[in-house]
Amino acid sequence: MEPVIELAGLSVRFGKREILRDLRAALSGRTLGLLGPNGAGKSTLILTLLGFCPVAGGTAKIFGHDIRHHLRRIRAQIGYMPENDAFIADMTAVTFVRMMGELSGLPAESALERAHEVLFYVGLGEARYRKLGTYSLGMKQMAKLAQALVHGPRLLILDEPTNGLDPSARQRMLRLIRDIRDSGRMHILLCSHLLRDVEETCAEVLILKEGQIVHYSNLEKERSTNKRFVELETSGDEARLADALAQLGCEYTTAGTGRFRMVLPEGFDLREVFRVAAERDLPLRRVSYRRDTLEDIFLKAMEGAPKREESRLGSRI
Amino acid sequence: MAVYKQTYKDYEGRRTATWSRFLILMRFSYARLFQSRFLVLFLALCFFYPVGCATLIYLSHNSPALAMLKLQSNALPPIDGTFFYVFCVVQGVLALLLTAFVGPNLVSPDLANGGLALYLSRPFSRTEYVAGKMAVLFVLLSLITWVPGLLLYAIQASCTGWTWIKPNLWLARSLIVGPVLWILLLSLIALALSAWVKWRIAAGACVLGLHFVGAGFAQAINEILRTRKGSLINLGEVIHTIWGSLFDTSRGTDLPVTQAWIVLGVTCVLCLGLLARRIRGFEVVK
Repeated sequence: MEPVIELAGLSVRFGKREILRDLRAALSGRTLGLLGPNGAGKSTLILTLLGFCPVAGGTAKIFGHDIRHHLRRIRAQIGYMPENDAFIADMTAVTFVRMMGELSGLPAESALERAHEVLFYVGLGEARYRKLGTYSLGMKQMAKLAQALVHGPRLLILDEPTNGLDPSARQRMLRLIRDIRDSGRMHILLCSHLLRDVEETCAEVLILKEGQIVHYSNLEKERSTNKRFVELETSGDEARLADALAQLGCEYTTAGTGRFRMVLPEGFDLREVFRVAAERDLPLRRVSYRRDTLEDIFLKAMEGAPKREESRLGSRI
Repeated sequence: MAVYKQTYKDYEGRRTATWSRFLILMRFSYARLFQSRFLVLFLALCFFYPVGCATLIYLSHNSPALAMLKLQSNALPPIDGTFFYVFCVVQGVLALLLTAFVGPNLVSPDLANGGLALYLSRPFSRTEYVAGKMAVLFVLLSLITWVPGLLLYAIQASCTGWTWIKPNLWLARSLIVGPVLWILLLSLIALALSAWVKWRIAAGACVLGLHFVGAGFAQAINEILRTRKGSLINLGEVIHTIWGSLFDTSRGTDLPVTQAWIVLGVTCVLCLGLLARRIRGFEVVK
């Protein structure tokens, strides 16, 4: 299957500062979530894919087209919903969306027809003749989504689509994203710092930190493999328990104050943990099973995944 | 897609040619601009002087009409380079006022709410964006400058015949080149200011201020330093100097023509530089 987005050593610099560093990944899923703390380089990655930021090294391909050479062809296949305000205040929604459709190459009549259609689709049908400057924040977000959809792109890039939305508007936006995803007609790249939004809509997650990919996760696969996650808490020496878990070959992260989160390897007997704890006189205060949520995955990535973990994830990407 | 279905549907129809897409901006800009009655009224006023000139040309070749108005043919100005130079000066001032009114509405509304990212994330380049916005001013200003100028030339040519056309063919060239240079300069200044000054009224005031304040400073520099070099910052005088050379008339030519051309070129390059820094898909926050 041809990758939707292929990053081949992509690096981006602003002056002397390196914003993105040697990104390598081949992503072919239908919905991809881009996660990371503020300043991780999520928006820069999107802007680079759109050709707004100059590439300092490596390259990226979208649907097999190189962003350094085939920008026009790439942009024709992309619908972009920016994070910040992006509208023309004194235009009506239908004129605005129509113009954006025409700029993407739709003939005038088709653009007008599609503008009406997408505005109804995003729920602005009744307000489509109102000027965008009079819209509420939620309506402006929907208008931004409408302009991104009007030309029927193959890849929809959504940068923080639920920013500033109230709970009902957020649900409506997420419902639309899921509906677009389920239509199977386009791929979605969703950039957000709201983990729940990503978890609800995306099948794959790419986590960035300080301009580098620190984690890739196929949520669908992880859900289906039903891995078991265990939380441990000790009131004894934390370092010694960590050492014991490492000797058992467990992947773990520390959550502070004697707490550990670990993944049980295939065929692993949990009694082994009790055994090594008893041998080293480490009292276990709590042992509980839990499923790894996206929040856990994210926090684990932020803590800095151990080297072996990174290499294992790298091969999966 | 039927409205009641409200499900997402792909678009698989034909696409327009990429070269023509900058014209879309022009069409939508005109639709917005011509909602203003003031603009329509001002545009109509801009045709008064050309109509007066056409009447003058007609009268100068119509003895019975002159006799009826009890006018001597030598009382009317000759139709030569100076006549067309004056025409350009009058229409040039109107073009400046029109630019101050129209220009700020072009780029600043797109910048004010981050609309540029939406234009440039499409198969639409920065050059096409600037070309599309410039085309708005170019067509509008052409309608009141070189197009009526050429019409006047055609009226004069039809009244006098080949004997006048042959030695005055250069005038037609000057009638196109002179105003087009002024349009180019005005368009670039208006776009650059519109891109940097988000408040429309302030941007309009800047367009006028650049000319009138520039002229004031130029006059002050000339008087204080007893030089003519100050006129280099007076864009009006710069363009009058170029027009003077194009129409072969000595009116308003205090500056050396070469220096006037250099100032014109430098101003255009500066405006392009300002536009290049501002017309981007994202804002660089330092």
